[in-house]
Amino acid sequence: MSELRDLYQEMILDHGKRPRNFGSLPTANRHADGHNPLCGDKVTVAVLLQDGKVADVRFTGAGCAISMASASLMTEAIKGKSEAELREMFQKFHTALTAADEAQAASLLEGLDKLAVFSGVREFPVRVKCATLPWHTLIAALDRAAQPAKTE
Amino acid sequence: MTVMRRIPSSGGLDVAAVRRDFPILARPVHGKRLVYLDTAASAQKPRQVIDAERHVYEAEYANIHRGVYALSEAATAAYEGSRDKVRALLNAPESREIVFVRGATEAINLVAQSYGRAFLKAGDEVLITEIEHHANIVPWQMLRQDRGIVLKVAPVNDAGDLDLDAFARLIGPRTKLVAVAHVANALGTVLPVEEIVRIAKQRGCTVLIDGCQAVPHQAVDVQALGCDFYVFSGHKLYAPTGIGALWGRAALLEQMPPWQGGGDMIRSVTFDKTEYNELPWKFEAGTPHIAGAIGLGAAIDYVHGLGYGAIAAHDAELTGYAVEALSRLSSVRVIGTPRLRSGVISFVVEGAHPHDIGMILDRDAVCVRAGHHCAQPTMDRFGVPATVRASFGVYNDRDDVDALVAALRNVAKVLQL
Repeated sequence: MSELRDLYQEMILDHGKRPRNFGSLPTANRHADGHNPLCGDKVTVAVLLQDGKVADVRFTGAGCAISMASASLMTEAIKGKSEAELREMFQKFHTALTAADEAQAASLLEGLDKLAVFSGVREFPVRVKCATLPWHTLIAALDRAAQPAKTE
Repeated sequence: MTVMRRIPSSGGLDVAAVRRDFPILARPVHGKRLVYLDTAASAQKPRQVIDAERHVYEAEYANIHRGVYALSEAATAAYEGSRDKVRALLNAPESREIVFVRGATEAINLVAQSYGRAFLKAGDEVLITEIEHHANIVPWQMLRQDRGIVLKVAPVNDAGDLDLDAFARLIGPRTKLVAVAHVANALGTVLPVEEIVRIAKQRGCTVLIDGCQAVPHQAVDVQALGCDFYVFSGHKLYAPTGIGALWGRAALLEQMPPWQGGGDMIRSVTFDKTEYNELPWKFEAGTPHIAGAIGLGAAIDYVHGLGYGAIAAHDAELTGYAVEALSRLSSVRVIGTPRLRSGVISFVVEGAHPHDIGMILDRDAVCVRAGHHCAQPTMDRFGVPATVRASFGVYNDRDDVDALVAALRNVAKVLQL
């Protein structure tokens, strides 16, 4: 069971049950929906980008503990970061979860602060896309042309 | 002092003996006894079927229908012999009404395209239900795209039973085809197909029944049912993948244009003119899955050897036991409470996503399916993104259900619910 404990670490369970920055963002100017049809994870990411930096971010959705915890931790990690910085974060996160080289993965995760808590996902390759779904959705939101701010 | 050995109740099947027929069940997973509860997705295979398929390649293999040598004659006889076994399985009147296909999905696509081309025009209506598998939804949507047919959907009530009154009301003057599951794959609802056929026939509709989840658990008689098409997949009936069957009334199949063109489905070919073959080969272009069809024949023999009386009793008893056991868990909510249920139970656990549950159960060697089960509309109807689905085959018993319940208790621990 130790691999399961590695996967479902305290922080992941906490963020899964009590997600941070959960809700809508009426002032958002970047927005995208993400969906893992295979396992039923759905996530929507809304970002307010100002001067090229993340001024605010929220997410909504329903999904497995890994996807929801990843979305929650992602929103905490990217606040105040520039677009370039968070794109780099995603690359590092994705590589860290999928790299064959254990040492490389470990060092990448170390540099990602709280996101290192997803190290257990490496033992369960099928869950990598749960962990990366919110990030893919975030990138999709940024890749689109600026959305008009939602009006009430 | 006698020591009482608990013998798991199995409703008429000697499950211990059955389990010995399935080699894979002896294989531990994560060091534990394999508890395979995903037969609705695909059934495990008994030695008898594995051996039959191997025997084809070892002793009786050649291409069929055209060879003049003994091997080809033997292979052809075995292949056509299997066709007749499928005929007998469904109590269809004639072997030429049985078309071998890859599976139910291919069968329904065949009907949608071929029957569609012959009989349906823009504005004609096809009626399905809310709780169908995607294989009995998407082909009709494609026909809507291609041909402008109208797709109507009969609702189920909150128990997961078909609302027969609403179903009847949805049949109008333009309704040409009714296509329904015999047993719903996500909920386990046994649909009232006799009644559905009666109502549909009264209004002059053609009826297709998807029997994938029915043939593993009950005897099917297409003549008694009175439907026009019946489909099923071999791999859910303890047979290899890549083989299944479509039964269709000869009168209809005769009028339907061939689906795929190529070898075998022709009588003669010139560049000016080609004559199509007669039934059923008109619909069997190319070299089929010869060994698969023979494997399906062996699976049908196996199932008849157990007897549908015992199989159906076992299914009812075990499914009832499982529903009761799961309903007793306070955090578990069983989805659907149909009047009649067969083979399948979908449930959700408070505070836990099916994907997490499935993975944690796997660590205890309990195999269930987590997701939408190719039935997203069913999930939407019951307001859940996904469910955990446990399903039963002839090799399951109460010990398996007990193992599932114990593993679910572990889920609560791991996720700190």
